[in-house]
Amino acid sequence: MSNQSSIKNQFPIFQKHPDLVYLDSPATTLKPQSVIDSLLSYYTDYTANVHRGIYKSAERSTKEYEETREVVARFIHAKDSKEVVFTKGTTEALNLLVYAWGRKYIQKDDEIAITVMEHHSNFVPWQQLAFELGADLKVIDITDDGLLNIYNSKGEIDLSAIVTSKTKLLSLTYVSNMLGTINPIKQIIDCAKKINPQIVIVVDGAQAVSHFEINVQELGCDFFVFSGHKLMGPTGTGVLWGKYQLLQNMYPFHFGGEMIQDVSLDHTTFKDAPNKFEAGTPHIAGIIALKSAINFVQEVGFNHIQHYEQQLTLLAKNELERNFGSEIIIYGPKDIRDRAGLLSFSFGSYHSHDIAQILDEDDVCVRAGHHCTMPLHKRLNVVASTRASFYIYNTEKDVEKLVNGLEKVRKVLKIK
Amino acid sequence: MSIYQEIILDHYQYPHNHGHLTEPNYKTKVNNPLCGDEIEMEVNISNNQVEQISFFGHGCAISQASASILTDFVKGKSVSELQNLQKDSIMNLLGIELSPNRLKCALISLEALHKLLKECK
Repeated sequence: MSNQSSIKNQFPIFQKHPDLVYLDSPATTLKPQSVIDSLLSYYTDYTANVHRGIYKSAERSTKEYEETREVVARFIHAKDSKEVVFTKGTTEALNLLVYAWGRKYIQKDDEIAITVMEHHSNFVPWQQLAFELGADLKVIDITDDGLLNIYNSKGEIDLSAIVTSKTKLLSLTYVSNMLGTINPIKQIIDCAKKINPQIVIVVDGAQAVSHFEINVQELGCDFFVFSGHKLMGPTGTGVLWGKYQLLQNMYPFHFGGEMIQDVSLDHTTFKDAPNKFEAGTPHIAGIIALKSAINFVQEVGFNHIQHYEQQLTLLAKNELERNFGSEIIIYGPKDIRDRAGLLSFSFGSYHSHDIAQILDEDDVCVRAGHHCTMPLHKRLNVVASTRASFYIYNTEKDVEKLVNGLEKVRKVLKIK
Repeated sequence: MSIYQEIILDHYQYPHNHGHLTEPNYKTKVNNPLCGDEIEMEVNISNNQVEQISFFGHGCAISQASASILTDFVKGKSVSELQNLQKDSIMNLLGIELSPNRLKCALISLEALHKLLKECK
């Protein structure tokens, strides 16, 4: 399924809005028909709660739900599907780690390391935990090119300024949602674990999973989190993967139904992971449809996805620079191979909200603002930027409409 | 209808009452860190009446144009009259419709005005 128009045809939103130019996939991707069908089928054919009913539809919903766990495990090359915990998204997965792992293992004067390019969801929870416990928060800076500032003069990764024997945790993103930077995660993990073999490493994969293959065992991380809705799945779905012993040793997160083994007046025991972290009725339809999303991604294939979005991003970068020259500043790595399919930029002295609004008049959807990365914007010394992304349903025509839209911005606002 | 109507663009490109007063009675500053809009506002009030007003700041076209339009409107008005100024009056002055996301851009100058009026009570 690598023919472009056949891929785009799988997204029914374009039948309703044929002129839509959707350049905001890092916020959430569009959904293919198979995912929508899967949601619908649960609600029209076999609605039932999971893990409890002794009747046919309940058995089917449980089976479909648990199948997604298997599919996710294979998708990220986990050792076992019981290492896969369903959450409502990356944000919840990271907060789960703060409450269930962080509060158990981090103590006063311990160190927590993150980077300045983190999304607020991988920045604020650790920052607040550090404040609460009196731990030290260490923040890895970036270079002016938007790469992590972790290289020594020989060009090798050197974390000795950040990771010490007191660093309990390093949590960092695989791909920056603003700069597009793809971080050399495996090398970073190797280097950090060499300095401190006890360190626990969390990888925020929210912006990575839709672009290239993930192998958590090869990466050597301890936890890996991502959202289903950035992978063409439904909103309200996400995954926390963790090494099983770590999951087993953690506190529970939410208390309630389905996560308990036995409850008495004077004590309660909990189920094993992953059920211990899945209290209450989950987003059953969504988790089931996540399986269809992963199947869809795999059918399109990461080779095609990577090649296609890189080509389109390069075209967009060249076109923006050719048409607007020094009027446009594109943030992040210069080398297209170091970035995923997105471009954040400043355009003249026009405010990103005005840019986005004028582009919207011609159905071009871009993101405007700080993209939930205020520390990064402060580091770059900009208040807000405009972000355009390119994914499998975008075309060269979309790039043209973006360029035309920016020309219109200049015409309408014409600041002297 | 585009929100970038001629009146908005005129005020954005050639803002009225833009700059600083030589000796303001009161001044204030309001910002929205989420989008970077910032408005400094200065007034001279005597006998309960706005005699001079100016603003200075940066941000999107809507925030800057609405500050220009609002400062035009308040000149010569009494403090008690201005204290009742609400969102709807601003929208009438601008003559456009805004989505909830852009409303805060239009209202930042009203926020600055109300903050000033509170100080001079």
